[in-house]
Amino acid sequence: MSVDPSVVRRIAHLSRIAVDDSEVSRLNGEINAILSFVETLSSVNVEGVEPIASVLPMQMKKRPDVVTDGGIADDILVNAPAREDHYFVVPKVIE
Amino acid sequence: MSQKASAKYLKGATGDWEIVIGMEIHAQVTSQAKLFSGASAEYGGAPNDHVSLVDAAMPGMLPVINEECVRQAVRTGLGLEAQINLRSIFDRKNYFYPDLPQGYQISQFKHPIVGEGIVIVDVSPTERISVGIERLHLEQDAGKSMHDLSPAESHVDLNRSGVALMEIVSKPDMRSAEEARAYVSKLRTILRYIGSCDGNMEQGSLRADVNVSVRRPGEKLGTRCEIKNVNSIRFIGQAIEVEARRQIGILEDGGVIAQETRLFDPGKGETRSMRSKEEAHDYRYFPDPDLLPLEFDQAYVDGLKAQLPELPDAKRARFIEQYGLPPYDAGVLVMERASADFFEQTAKGRDAKLAANWVINELFGRLNKEGLDVAQSPVSAAALGAIVDLISSNVISGKIAKDLFEIVWSEGGDPVEIVEARGMKQVTDTSAIEAAVDAVIAANPDKVEQAKAKPTMLGWFVGQVMKQTGGKANPQSVNDLLKRKLDV
Repeated sequence: MSVDPSVVRRIAHLSRIAVDDSEVSRLNGEINAILSFVETLSSVNVEGVEPIASVLPMQMKKRPDVVTDGGIADDILVNAPAREDHYFVVPKVIE
Repeated sequence: MSQKASAKYLKGATGDWEIVIGMEIHAQVTSQAKLFSGASAEYGGAPNDHVSLVDAAMPGMLPVINEECVRQAVRTGLGLEAQINLRSIFDRKNYFYPDLPQGYQISQFKHPIVGEGIVIVDVSPTERISVGIERLHLEQDAGKSMHDLSPAESHVDLNRSGVALMEIVSKPDMRSAEEARAYVSKLRTILRYIGSCDGNMEQGSLRADVNVSVRRPGEKLGTRCEIKNVNSIRFIGQAIEVEARRQIGILEDGGVIAQETRLFDPGKGETRSMRSKEEAHDYRYFPDPDLLPLEFDQAYVDGLKAQLPELPDAKRARFIEQYGLPPYDAGVLVMERASADFFEQTAKGRDAKLAANWVINELFGRLNKEGLDVAQSPVSAAALGAIVDLISSNVISGKIAKDLFEIVWSEGGDPVEIVEARGMKQVTDTSAIEAAVDAVIAANPDKVEQAKAKPTMLGWFVGQVMKQTGGKANPQSVNDLLKRKLDV
């Protein structure tokens, strides 16, 4: 498996990472190198093996339905670049 | 029962078209806390007050699942007669939006908690369809963006962020706006019976994404458009009709439908494209490494099944069987659990059909008019039952009963005492009625002549006699006497 420059640009956009045109070629090479490294895995025979979502041999812990958190709006907003009252303020995201 | 949706074609300029509708309903799980955090799931609250560091996606925070949300999803699945998956997996659905601080929504993609099920839908008194359920999965709600507080900025409140939702996906089994409305209404009823979602569409506890396509009857499925976040049952109907018309217009002009997400604008009565959403559809799902698979055993499911309340379809069948009600009436009564309970209390030990008529026609009619629900009824089930008794035992006529209902509604009180105190008993004493009948006949010889030629004049006489007796004469006796005396 390998990617081409258009896929690199698309991945960058989906990840909201600004990638300069001059960088695309270098990143393309790096990504393909990583992909070919990972490709080694396809040599393993996985016939009849279910994909695993977790390698931990335990049951997921569950929480009782009790309100134990919240009421910390000041903490939540402490890193906000812009705020008004207790709202986050962001550039308009609707046309 | 018709299994398949009957043909309800739309007429286009070039022939008939069939609408095909499927729906994704987002139902907020009734719970105290959120799906993966201990912050409150309650509606409203001061901005960002119901938010934990998990919901705000602070680095290092880990989700821990709320067992009540799992329980409610399983119970809902059972109510949809669906397959319950003893093992399901949470995935990350990746996209960027300011009200999604994680940069992904935790959802279930390949392995949902609930699989295929079915909902029986009464579209009209004579038409019943079954709508297939494709799946139900658990996922997080996003925060709320407000775009109208400032001209150049959006305000973000994360109180909704992380609240548990059940996404219930139907198969494309609906063929008209009417069927779609009936489906949502039935699903809402089931959720409310189970108690897993309050079904409040105004507060957004229940939201619908509607998939609409059109095709020539018998042909393969057309390209669909998804109408996002329609928030009332009435708007769902309107959105489907205008969207189907739009698509038919394009196809009949030789165009093609672009698969896209659209918004319904109820004010303008149109749907329009949400172009911004289009390229975001590459969600790159993968299993969330922060969460183990969700697993439980069959005994857990069986235990929940044993404790499910009687559901609307079973209750409706029982009302038909036990009380001899017409299916339509039974259907109306079971729409809300509280209404069904009210009816059963009213009907207990009485003429159930009469009780059903009074509950449906007088009480529900009046409650609707005043915008009240049954829990707020000023007339209790016991009082309405007493009114039914007074009618059954011929103490009052149906007409007087309406006046009595009015008094109990606005003033309260014991119906039996009111009838006694205000002299509302109907006159069943034939001699008293006869005297009134004779008086009316004697006073109107000309009308008597007319009535002989035109028997429909009888109604006028009945009215006069009722007036004379202050409405208290037994209408049947008046009728019988008049017929005999006027010889019509």
